[in-house]
Amino acid sequence: MRNLVLGLCLTVLFVLGALVSFVWTPYDHAALEIANKLKPPSLAHWFGTDHLGRDILSMIMVGARTSIAVAIVAVGIGIGLGVPLGLLAAAKSGSLLDEVIMRSNDLIFAFPSLLIAIMITAVFGPSAVNAIIAIGIFNIPVFARVTRGAALSLWTRDYVLAARVAGKGALRISVEHILPNVTNLLIVQGTIQFSLGILAEAALSYVGLGAQPPTPSWGRMLADSQTLFMLAPHITLFPGFAILLTVLGLNLAGDGLRDLIDPKLRRGAR
Amino acid sequence: MSLLRIDNLDLDIYGTPILKGVSLEIGQGEIHGIIGESGSGKSMTALSVMQLLPEGSQCRGAVHLDGVSVLEADEAALCAMRGDAVGMVFQEPMTALNPLQTIGAQVAETILIHQDVSRSEALARAAKVLRRCELPPEQFPLSRYPHELSGGQRQRVVIAMAIALRPKLLIADEPTTALDVTTQADILRLIQQLVREDGMSVMFITHDLAVVTGLADRISIMRHGAVVEQGGGASLHHKMQHPYTKSLFAASSHQPERAVPAPDAPLLKVEGLVRSYPAGRRSLFGTAKRVLAVDDVSFEIQKGESVGLVGESGCGKSTLTRAILGLEATQAGRIYLGGDEVLSGGQASADVRRKMQVVFQDPYGSFNPRHKVDRLVSEPFHLLGRKATAAEIDEALVSVGLTPADKHKYIHEFSGGQRQRIAIARALIIKPELIILDEAVSALDVSIRAQILDLLADLSERYGLTYLFISHDLSVVRSITDRVLVMKQGRIVDQGPSEALFSNPQHPYTKSLIEAVPVLPGA
Repeated sequence: MRNLVLGLCLTVLFVLGALVSFVWTPYDHAALEIANKLKPPSLAHWFGTDHLGRDILSMIMVGARTSIAVAIVAVGIGIGLGVPLGLLAAAKSGSLLDEVIMRSNDLIFAFPSLLIAIMITAVFGPSAVNAIIAIGIFNIPVFARVTRGAALSLWTRDYVLAARVAGKGALRISVEHILPNVTNLLIVQGTIQFSLGILAEAALSYVGLGAQPPTPSWGRMLADSQTLFMLAPHITLFPGFAILLTVLGLNLAGDGLRDLIDPKLRRGAR
Repeated sequence: MSLLRIDNLDLDIYGTPILKGVSLEIGQGEIHGIIGESGSGKSMTALSVMQLLPEGSQCRGAVHLDGVSVLEADEAALCAMRGDAVGMVFQEPMTALNPLQTIGAQVAETILIHQDVSRSEALARAAKVLRRCELPPEQFPLSRYPHELSGGQRQRVVIAMAIALRPKLLIADEPTTALDVTTQADILRLIQQLVREDGMSVMFITHDLAVVTGLADRISIMRHGAVVEQGGGASLHHKMQHPYTKSLFAASSHQPERAVPAPDAPLLKVEGLVRSYPAGRRSLFGTAKRVLAVDDVSFEIQKGESVGLVGESGCGKSTLTRAILGLEATQAGRIYLGGDEVLSGGQASADVRRKMQVVFQDPYGSFNPRHKVDRLVSEPFHLLGRKATAAEIDEALVSVGLTPADKHKYIHEFSGGQRQRIAIARALIIKPELIILDEAVSALDVSIRAQILDLLADLSERYGLTYLFISHDLSVVRSITDRVLVMKQGRIVDQGPSEALFSNPQHPYTKSLIEAVPVLPGA
């Protein structure tokens, strides 16, 4: 329970930061002020300035936007395609279709995800959109597997049998009876994939294959600062902590949600 | 000198009182039956003796096992006691064994934990114990895994684990509830025999009065966490005083009142039905063998008739049900319902389907937990291609003894018996002609079961329903059916009018089934 609250607080904090950045940031995140470069944290610049004199707090706030947008869309792609595929595979379990869907999933799983993401962005050009697609594709098999596994056990339930006796087809049963009962699991998996998406986006930006300048991104900020971190540690620390705390927050929230939703794990939570 | 003595035991879990002043004594070599319906606290009493209570539990009172106060003992002493002085047998043999360990290793483990012996010696002793439990190592080598054994054989392994160290007390928590009648009879005989040989004491927990009256020396009847009556086994039902004990005995041998229907026209007609499954392949290129689950089955059910289908688990009852419901393709044979063929072109039409509905065994798994009762109950209206009206939902709920206000609730707000009423309402709502009751009362307590049986008898009269009553419980089938079909290994081996079949069984298999049923004295 404590984890859930802490995780949700951290998550909400970063989402708020991203939302506020649409209407207000302390400074223009793209304004260069070379005279003010590498200033340590102060009252004027809470998180200090980077090597081009940009305000780091503003950049982190705008960068949160990129991270969250990439992760949300990537998870959306994963849920939007993976869940129907998983439901379909479970509904037709044992059929050729099931085999085709699940073996294609295995195929995608077989490749290291980040490597393929780098390949996709290298081929189609580095941009936030390509990063989203690359990360999204790897979310599809994750959701397809989780959904199929949970759906398979639901298909053996008597209420599904009762629905079949009522003449309902596989599609209708999947939507009416299976999907609502796997939502719990999807919420939990979604939060975890969300945090992995943020990490992946940071990693891609770090190697220069994510969002392109001047759009700020946490991974890019880390990459920019790596040669200077002995000189001005704060320009590495703040984006680093931003990534760390967001991912930590999302993971805690995901774990907490699972405990909350799963009555079998709820006992110790009193 | 009693072996186990429980004095005035109170148990709270997170402040909720579970047991209230439970006192009982079990003497050396005595079998003590504890009977009660679900939630009466019988399992918690057993767990208190073992001190294996769930988190948040608080015990007051005294539990003395062989002179040692269990409530005051520390965890190390308790660990030494569990398995050594007290053995336990659980209800579900499927989950009580570790599927990844051989049976020999699991029995030997108990010995290794408590005694300083070598592994090979422990295994040798495990083999001996398994032989005592009628699993001779020549037929059942120690290297077998639980999935290679049947339910009854697994329960023997569980018993072997419990008695491996010759405990003074054996706690058996519904050890035969998950088993077929014939297997149940074997296991009960085995427990009795072991008790006689070892002079063990047994705490035998069950909800089934008939099982325990023939077995136990003394009986305690529990209700709402308290012992309402205690007495000597077979004599208890003669001398019973407490109204609850009386009602429990009455409910166990309850016979709903039914009018005998006049034979009409055949409603359901099954002709030469065959259903087979592909079995696992033995080799990569070999053709897969097929397992015959239903083997050339033919029968008829008249309109308004109530027919029982009995058989042990794995005999093909459930497969037959699914075939009749048009849920599975069949390999040969035809099924007609009211003159129409159920499966035409591999698909059951809505027209045929609307004439039959089904009620399942498990009141907890039969409903989507995320829908409200009105939506659950009106699901079969899909077959009519329209939504149920509020009046129709209300009528269905009222007819099974619930109120119209219940339709706005979720299923978790109802007890097992109420859920089974809702399941019947769901089957009833589109006014089908045939209702298949697949072990519909097996999961219910005796008093609730009696109510549901009355309800079913009443409904069949009121709506002219035809029942196909599938059950492994012969006494229930006898009380509610006109005719019985006995199924074994996919075939119908015997059939006849219920009374005649039960009072004067002809077929040897029917005889063995009926002889295996424990009977209440005087019933």
